[in-house]
Amino acid sequence: MYNVKVRGVLIEGNKSYHDITQDVNGPLLSKTTPNWWWMAAFVASSMLIWGVWGFYNTVTVGTGTWGLNNSVSWGWAIINFVWWIGIGHAGTAFSIFLLVLHQKWRTSINRAAEAMTIFAVMAAGMFPLIHMGRVWDGFYAFPYPNTRGPLWTNFNSPLFWDVTAISTYLTASFLFWYVGMMPDFASIRDRTVSKIKKKIYGILSFGWLGSARGWLRFESAALLMGGLTAPLVVSVHSIVAMDFAAGIVPGWHSTIFPPFFVVGAIFSGFAMVLTLMIIVRKVYKYEEYVTRKHLDAIARVLTFVSLIMGVAYVTEIFIAWYSNSPYEMYVFFKSRAIGDYAFEFWAMIVCNAIIPQLFWFKKIRTNITMVFIISIFINIGMWFERFVIVVTSLSKTWLPSTWHNYSPTTTEVAIYVGTLGFFVLGILLFLRFLPMMAASELKGILKETSIVTENTKNHE
Amino acid sequence: MEKKYWQSLEVYKEMKRNTVSDSEAMPEFSIDGLDESEIKGKSSRRDFLKMMGFSVGAVALVSSCQMPVRKAIPLLNRPKELIPGVPNYYASTFYDGDEYCSILVKTRESRPIKIEGNDRSPISKRGTTARVQASVLNLYDDERLKSPLINGKQTSWKIIDKEIKAKLEILKNDNKEVILMTSTIISPTTRKLLDEFVKAYPNVKWVQYDALPMSAMRKANETNFGKTVIPFYHFENADVMVGFNADFLGTWLMPVTFSKQFAKGRKLKDGQTKMSRLYQFETNMSLTGSNADYRYQIKPSEEAAVLLKLYNTLAKKTGNSVFAAPAINTNVNRVANDLLKSKGKSLVVSGTNDLQIQLIVNAINQLLGNYGTTIDLNTPVNLKQGMESDMMQAMSSIQSGKAGGILFYNVNPVYDCIHKDNLKKAIKKLPLKVSFATTPDETAQLCDYVCPDNNYLESWDDAEPAYGFFSFTQPTIRPIFNTRQFQDSLLTWMGTEQTFSDYLETNWKKNFFPKQEKYAGFDKFWFQCKQDGVFYVASQETSQPAFKPTRLKVAKPGNSGLELALYEKISMGTGKYANNPWLQEMPDPVSTATWDNYVTVSPAFAKAKGLEQEDVVTINDKLELPVLIQPGQTEGTLGIAIGYGRSHAGKVGNDVGKNVYGLINAGNGIKNLLGTVVTLKKTSKTYPLALTQTHHVMEGRPIVRETVLGSFVKNPASGNEEHEKFLKSEDFSLYPEPKFDAFQWGLSIDLNSCTGCSNCLISCQAENNVAVVGKEQVKRGRIMQWIRVDRYYSEMADDPEVFHMPVMCQQCDNAPCENVCPVAALSHSDEGLSQVTYNRCIGTRYCMNNCPYKVRRFNWYEYVNNNSFDYNMNSDLGKLVLNPDVTVRQRGVVEKCTFCVQRIQEKKLQAKAEDRELRDGDILTACQQSCPADAIQFGNLMDKKSEVSRTNDTGRMYHLLESLHTLPSLSYLTKVRNKEA
Repeated sequence: MYNVKVRGVLIEGNKSYHDITQDVNGPLLSKTTPNWWWMAAFVASSMLIWGVWGFYNTVTVGTGTWGLNNSVSWGWAIINFVWWIGIGHAGTAFSIFLLVLHQKWRTSINRAAEAMTIFAVMAAGMFPLIHMGRVWDGFYAFPYPNTRGPLWTNFNSPLFWDVTAISTYLTASFLFWYVGMMPDFASIRDRTVSKIKKKIYGILSFGWLGSARGWLRFESAALLMGGLTAPLVVSVHSIVAMDFAAGIVPGWHSTIFPPFFVVGAIFSGFAMVLTLMIIVRKVYKYEEYVTRKHLDAIARVLTFVSLIMGVAYVTEIFIAWYSNSPYEMYVFFKSRAIGDYAFEFWAMIVCNAIIPQLFWFKKIRTNITMVFIISIFINIGMWFERFVIVVTSLSKTWLPSTWHNYSPTTTEVAIYVGTLGFFVLGILLFLRFLPMMAASELKGILKETSIVTENTKNHE
Repeated sequence: MEKKYWQSLEVYKEMKRNTVSDSEAMPEFSIDGLDESEIKGKSSRRDFLKMMGFSVGAVALVSSCQMPVRKAIPLLNRPKELIPGVPNYYASTFYDGDEYCSILVKTRESRPIKIEGNDRSPISKRGTTARVQASVLNLYDDERLKSPLINGKQTSWKIIDKEIKAKLEILKNDNKEVILMTSTIISPTTRKLLDEFVKAYPNVKWVQYDALPMSAMRKANETNFGKTVIPFYHFENADVMVGFNADFLGTWLMPVTFSKQFAKGRKLKDGQTKMSRLYQFETNMSLTGSNADYRYQIKPSEEAAVLLKLYNTLAKKTGNSVFAAPAINTNVNRVANDLLKSKGKSLVVSGTNDLQIQLIVNAINQLLGNYGTTIDLNTPVNLKQGMESDMMQAMSSIQSGKAGGILFYNVNPVYDCIHKDNLKKAIKKLPLKVSFATTPDETAQLCDYVCPDNNYLESWDDAEPAYGFFSFTQPTIRPIFNTRQFQDSLLTWMGTEQTFSDYLETNWKKNFFPKQEKYAGFDKFWFQCKQDGVFYVASQETSQPAFKPTRLKVAKPGNSGLELALYEKISMGTGKYANNPWLQEMPDPVSTATWDNYVTVSPAFAKAKGLEQEDVVTINDKLELPVLIQPGQTEGTLGIAIGYGRSHAGKVGNDVGKNVYGLINAGNGIKNLLGTVVTLKKTSKTYPLALTQTHHVMEGRPIVRETVLGSFVKNPASGNEEHEKFLKSEDFSLYPEPKFDAFQWGLSIDLNSCTGCSNCLISCQAENNVAVVGKEQVKRGRIMQWIRVDRYYSEMADDPEVFHMPVMCQQCDNAPCENVCPVAALSHSDEGLSQVTYNRCIGTRYCMNNCPYKVRRFNWYEYVNNNSFDYNMNSDLGKLVLNPDVTVRQRGVVEKCTFCVQRIQEKKLQAKAEDRELRDGDILTACQQSCPADAIQFGNLMDKKSEVSRTNDTGRMYHLLESLHTLPSLSYLTKVRNKEA
């Protein structure tokens, strides 16, 4: 196996098939939940409860509890929505893109990344809903047969495209993630001694037998779904970008937005995967599966994407100047560069375009602590990017008499923190109850690598 | 149990072993220990009753959660004029003691809901001011007294009348003076009644009291012409107007009349190329100053000197004798030359209550021959009759114990008098203290008897704002509470049985009916008076009285420190409307601040003192007020608005701002708003100010387009070059160009006529049920008013030119808001209106982002029935003002200007019912109808002959942000300043 040799081992530590089964299923089968899990779950739940308060406050009192105004009528809710959607890109990007590109190292990460996608998209999905305040009217956004005329949605509106794209994306990613887990559910079902677990995992596994026919169907289903989901990776964030690009607000109305958003999404998604996997591999002692080489590969991807981000920023600024529109120029050269939101703007530039360039240095790239810190910087930088796009543009549009600044309120912060709590809690539950790596796929790559590493145990 | 037989012992044993009871075998199906009824699956009567009891209880509980049933009972015999859903209009008169306006009151189902101007009035024409518009809300004020009070306790009219009458008799017999303190009374009939009341109680001394009198002008005219009057001004006849601290477009004397007159001289319609010119010399940046072609900043102490310099310059050039004058830097040559060029067609006015100043103004006007053309002494204005000397006399008789009683009508001296502390102390000792206040105000608090007057919309009266111009007040609703008109109270105490309405009619029959010849019978005449609301008797006098010159002398202006210039805000006036949330929330047209008064300082002064906006300063070490940096404020002066700091106005107006009446310059016994020398100290505190606009320059964008008259004459499209560019630009769109069959509604705003007075804003608020949101929400940029009057300064911060621009929904034909709504709540009507379907709106607010004009408003909270927004929409009484033709919006929906679609519909239906075509001018939007400057035109753009089409068909027309290709139906006409390029 030529490729494998050049790239080195994918799974370290001379694992046998049994080891893999044990490592993957062990935490799920163990009766005791570790203390750190309870601690983390407690913190996440507290955050979630605060978020629920924010939700409650908004639903009962109104979006007036937020810091928005008649000029800046989109704020944290939309920023966080885009941010979460961006993070939600990692799963599909890993599963599909790397699958298509035959990047086998993805195997130990993709399941967790997909789970991340699901929770991130769910977190994102809460924002458009709560953004309206009157959540009970949310169903108006869906085109369903009705007796009101029938009254349809506006197919011209990017927000409607958004509703479609995101619900599709959530459904597709969920199915992809779930179907992938079926063999592992069956494996737990067969191994567990707990009757309840046996029952639950039995249902979840849809009666998976591991027959050759089953595997055949499974493979083709995965391929089919992969093929169907691949365009979504591009479409979802392109459409989110359209929310802005189709508007006429200076700073939004730009053709660069769809690719720029997709790249940004992959950027933030990979960064979040990095952040999470560094923690998980440490806690679960999965260093042998998620190796330093994995982290190195992700870091390399981030370096490249960061360069694209930088180019995109420069292009935006250039086009603003080139357009000769005083409105565009004001947004970029006054409002963003030296105006009230200069900090956010420069934070975005530094975090996204400059700091990741440190990955050029091997010393930094291989230093796990540094990698972790930089990944956090990217997460923050991408948040600032959305802030810059949404708020700086809206706060200073066409008529100077309407200029008004925006800052969030406690309620908005609470909702954001709440979704963070929801996300973390989701990930924790996933780690505790669902197989976080695809054992079958790991076994698939183990065999390939074992020849080179002369792992004799598996040849017996 | 079934019987079984056994064949062998083995079988028997086996049988024995396997035999288990049913209950043992299947315990879950065992019937042991159960009731018979349960086994049989039947329920007993007892169960039935139990069940029924439960269900009846549950149903009762659930149904009791429903809304209570409210019954609307139709009238058995419908009054002829009352058709549900069809409004009735009554001609009436607004007069609050300061301001007069002839009005039409719109009533729906017998309740007044909207005030319009009365176009039959020769004085106020169809115009109103914001305060007139908002006055309808005072009718539905929760603070109104609901019955007469004795020592703060509710009582009946019978008891209170008996007690007051008895006390009046005692005081009469003791020959103790009783002071009847009223606002200026412009009603001839009420004046007659007051005279009769004084005859019935000779010890009564009637004093007219004005918070802001104009006594100096009356005295000056007495000196110069032998007539103690305020003359009638004709700004429309003046080619050159010079104002000295006179905000005649905003608050001074008769702003509606003057705005009408001013606008007339500024119209550039139908190829007209002549335009009047306005010079303004002032301390604060007033609304009038913001409309001036040339504006000069003067300190209050310099005003007399500048005026005298102007007089001397004019006198020199006309060969008259000059007076010794102190040196002053202000250059008056341009003004002088202009004035001389238009002798007899010019007008100089000063709003300063200072005798010397008014004498110089008279002398200048005399020199220019303005009497008889722009100033008419034969039609004196009856407003502002109060004299400080009368008040001083009254004060001394109260303090000396000469007086035994006091009656307050329509005045609140405990709040707004400069002697308020003495007054408070002095009146405590009086045995009879009566107030006729409609709300328990500061003065009423100190009175034993409160005989609440009716609201003016519940009253009968007449008015003579200027000589020969009569206007009538008639009730438009029965008194809501147990209140009684002031005049009726007096009639009762005089012992007559007559009501005031009869009294009024009799008076007119006797004294005014003979003055006219048109109507032979009184009944017809009287009916016509009530229907028209106005009646006019021309003055017989034709020649102006002779001018008696006086010696003019002016003291050298001292440079003794910071000079204070108090001013009236266009919304708040003297403070009578403090409890009116519409007015409290109306942005000041110049500062755009709401809900507060503040110290205005010049930018240079702020820089020198290290002051920033919202820093709190102390004035004279006592009064703490926030700072507002006001471009155009004269260096070395401060401005503070009066009318704030009420302590007993009501829940809305209490403790809003600070009371600064104590800072009035009362030297020489004359109340002058200007000239008090004060100290200012910075504190470390800050205080938030709710401004609706925080960025003040246009950043070089073609928003307000302007030119000067010279360029306009050469090319009517000058200053509007951007429009030319737009017309030449490529016209393409993804969406098909909208096509209209019969109507395409359009509105045009003439920026040259618009003074920025903000009357339209309140008119719109009243018409369209726009919510009040309170100071905090305004500060957060969530004001709901559908019209926003943008105010821009030119780049020079210390001496800026000012632009006012009303902005409401532009009703774009290519509306950016419409195509982004995900639920299709926004639609474009086939008459060109951009419509919001409120109950479809889910509140994504995408339309608000995409609207380049930012005219869409979001209901961030539930503004109705919400204790957090305790304004008129949170009270059963206050809600009576709501227009039933307009939906009250709920939380979470977007709203905006509709071009008064309900009015369009009404007139269309009317035309249809009358089987005729809709005429141009049938439909008047709320903003247009009462605009005192007639700056707004509305009509059908498809009809090329309509007023709005013709208005648009000039080189001055442009659309706001037209380069965006939004194709608005609202158009603006460029502003033309009459000044050198």
